[in-house]
Amino acid sequence: MSNVFWYIFVMAGVTYLIRVLPLTLVRREIKNTYIRSFLYYVPYVTLAVMIFPAILHSTASVWSALAGFVTAIIFSYRGASLVKVALLACVSVFAVELFLY
Amino acid sequence: MNKQTTTNRRAWLNGAGDGIPIALGYFTVSFTFGIIAGQTGLNPFQAMMMSATNLTSAGQFAGLTLIAAAATFLEMALAQLIINSRYFLMSFALSQKISPDTPMIHRLIMAFGITDEIFGVSAAKPGRLNPFYTYGLMSVAIPGWTFGTLLGVISGDILPPRLVSALSVALYGMLLAVIIPPAKGNKVLSSLIIISMTASLLFAELPLLKSISSGVKIILLTFLIAGIAAYFFPVKENDHE
Repeated sequence: MSNVFWYIFVMAGVTYLIRVLPLTLVRREIKNTYIRSFLYYVPYVTLAVMIFPAILHSTASVWSALAGFVTAIIFSYRGASLVKVALLACVSVFAVELFLY
Repeated sequence: MNKQTTTNRRAWLNGAGDGIPIALGYFTVSFTFGIIAGQTGLNPFQAMMMSATNLTSAGQFAGLTLIAAAATFLEMALAQLIINSRYFLMSFALSQKISPDTPMIHRLIMAFGITDEIFGVSAAKPGRLNPFYTYGLMSVAIPGWTFGTLLGVISGDILPPRLVSALSVALYGMLLAVIIPPAKGNKVLSSLIIISMTASLLFAELPLLKSISSGVKIILLTFLIAGIAAYFFPVKENDHE
């Protein structure tokens, strides 16, 4: 399996190119309001699409995942830190699974 | 120590702190990745190297499948291009988040760390982004990803399933903590998040849309929803800062 390294090299190369091109080529501030607004909305849309419904299938049961989802929403709405929200979501999943199994 | 050094140091420390939940979530995912990498026939060094150089979950899982199938390098390159195309948009967004006179070396290093989580947390920082904040995130998250992989390959299934299940929600919880606070009291962002999640659900459930790969779905919906939102709700300059 010596060509595993070549596979890894190809994967890393392509992935780095995707990541590095915009950041190094776009070196001035874009004034166009439409593009600025589009880029401002990108993280919210991309992350929302990635979170849901994938989160529901991340744990051992849809119900525990739902508990984690709701917990995370409540505590991030209240302004809890990243660590706190992540850990509380984990704790609620753990607690619900104790009941389920 | 001059003023800039102190600012950078503080930014790095902030980033390292915010990197902890990312590392925690990465550890669980990469642990699973390590187990599968071992089953695919990669040795611990190869698996670890793949994680350290690629730093992407979906791309690496797909990579294993293609290695197992003895795919061609071209197939491998195309698969990575499609699955990871969202990083292109993220990198573009970051190019406007950092100061325009950021030196090339910082752009080259930051680019390596663009993952969904590191990007999300960096982008959510109010005002201009200091590259050292992102470096802080990277210096905690990347070891979590890499050593989780190593542990997965060498130890296999040692973590109790309950623990793995609970920790698996960590990354999602953290991402919610990234997008929800700015949406509080902001009707456009709140609606955008709900619309995006609903559209994503439809793509996951409807018969025809179901067959679209998740990489394509993410980039398609981002262009569509953020594109329409930018047209109808242009962001005023001071909203950004």
